[in-house]
Amino acid sequence: MNGLGKSNRRKMLKLGAVLGGGVLAKQKMRAEENTPAQLGIPLGPYGERSPYEKAVRWTRDSKTPETGSSFTPLADSVGTLTPSALHYERHHSGIPTINPSGHRLVIHGMVERPLSLTVAEIRRLPSVSRTLVLECGGNSGSEWAPKTAPDVQHSHGLASCSEWTGVPLALLFQEAGVKPGVSFVIAEGADACRMERSIPLKKAMDNILVAYGQNGEALRPAQGYPLRLIIPGWEGNANVKWLHSLRLTDQAYMARDETAKYTDLMPDGKARIFTFQMEAKSVITFPSGGQLLPGAGLYELTGLAWSGRGKIERVDITTDGGRTWVKAQLQEPRLPIAFTRFRLPWRFEGREAVIASRATDESGYVQPTRDALIEVRGTNSIYHYNGIKSWRVQANGNVTNAEA
Amino acid sequence: MRKLSAVLLLSAVIMPAQSSKYGVGQPATPEQIRALGLSIAPDGTGLPAGSGTVAEGRDIFVAKCARCHGEKAQGDIGPVLVGGRGTLNTAKPLKTVGSYWPYATTVWDYIHRAMPFDQPGSLKPAEVYALVAYILNLNDIIGSNQTMDAKSLPKVKMPNRDGFIADPRPDVGNRAKTKQ
Repeated sequence: MNGLGKSNRRKMLKLGAVLGGGVLAKQKMRAEENTPAQLGIPLGPYGERSPYEKAVRWTRDSKTPETGSSFTPLADSVGTLTPSALHYERHHSGIPTINPSGHRLVIHGMVERPLSLTVAEIRRLPSVSRTLVLECGGNSGSEWAPKTAPDVQHSHGLASCSEWTGVPLALLFQEAGVKPGVSFVIAEGADACRMERSIPLKKAMDNILVAYGQNGEALRPAQGYPLRLIIPGWEGNANVKWLHSLRLTDQAYMARDETAKYTDLMPDGKARIFTFQMEAKSVITFPSGGQLLPGAGLYELTGLAWSGRGKIERVDITTDGGRTWVKAQLQEPRLPIAFTRFRLPWRFEGREAVIASRATDESGYVQPTRDALIEVRGTNSIYHYNGIKSWRVQANGNVTNAEA
Repeated sequence: MRKLSAVLLLSAVIMPAQSSKYGVGQPATPEQIRALGLSIAPDGTGLPAGSGTVAEGRDIFVAKCARCHGEKAQGDIGPVLVGGRGTLNTAKPLKTVGSYWPYATTVWDYIHRAMPFDQPGSLKPAEVYALVAYILNLNDIIGSNQTMDAKSLPKVKMPNRDGFIADPRPDVGNRAKTKQ
């Protein structure tokens, strides 16, 4: 993502060397300031955002930089879509560079006709586009701790929303012919560690996509270029990137990332396994941790709500630490399993206020409090935290996490 | 785990016989499928020929694994691989191959596909059997003179084999509590 920016800058420098330093200096100055009477910079092949926009992903420290995660700056997001360049990342052995012309998706195992498909062949098949949130199973893992994350990027940034385009997995399986007795699909990526997950066939036949497109263009390399699984409503890790193998079998393979990881340890020492489902969740992005309200007066509270089970039905907001709740306005259209933007005008009186949002989805599920979650699951389950997130607006306008 | 198996069985889908509708793509050749590499099921499906001993595993571990996992597998850049038994229901659970992983076949599959971290896929099957034998022995799961191969590995019963339960959610956040 940075690569294109760099190469464009290199091109600019080259151009500057040809035209002479004066022109370059002039162009540089124009990038910093402009008036209507001055010519702007020329057109370009692949766009960049304004140099005044600085929102970036935050990358968690990792002793091995190829494995780690980067978080979407949700406080800077507007609307409901995440720019591809700011989509969260979670990789286990780096981002592979894959030439699509040599890439094949092989469907094998218990099938009538083992199939090998090129990316071009997959793109010939009937496709669908769906706007869907993708959320890491470990998103908001920070919130189990007594001291929660200080801002919404750290606490909720492993969730992003894109329009994904691809071919239904059910269609590809119809082509290959599923043999009787198949219960699981072992999906494997072409990254260095060939990460794999076992996916129940039932879900595969329901609504999983083999996606090649994201937000109007090909997938970004960090998002699985050229092919990935998109599994509506299920934890990010199962949405295998750089997809090159689908093995149909009669058993789950108990891969490392579905046993040692992505299992939820309960207080009694037992762990929940195959916890794919993401549940309803919401968070206020303004005002949120790290921000400052410059003074008393009217502000529009806003944030994002989503559920792996369908549409967001309502969002309630408290500005008095949970004593009273007010229904927020929801941005239409409310798409199932997608970010839904909520808004509520609020008068900040210059007195401390604890604010929070609570989402209800169309299944009737209501986002629980942090205490209710911890009461049932303890604090060592790592994954699938979806508790209500509170922010403390201090009298001076500073916003912090409420559990500090 | 018995309850879990029942749940997994229920998820099997009965598919009618189908024929290809679009005819897009090429038949996948056995070579192509072989080239994808191995995936190992908990019943041992996929395990290749070869074998390895605890002693062989110790030598390979020192040469190829200790720089990240520590001389005694105590963890360093890479995670700790030993200990933690009896901690899963405490305030500070230590999840290791010995205390947490339910299947020995997973250890084989993961080492073979993903380790060493910077040279994944470089280990030969016999080396992987030996490493698994060594790590299982460090965790007192197999004796120091045992050999691991396609027959013996799936028979190893991991200490936390019965430590997993099916997903009971929604467990928190019900409709009744919140109607206003």
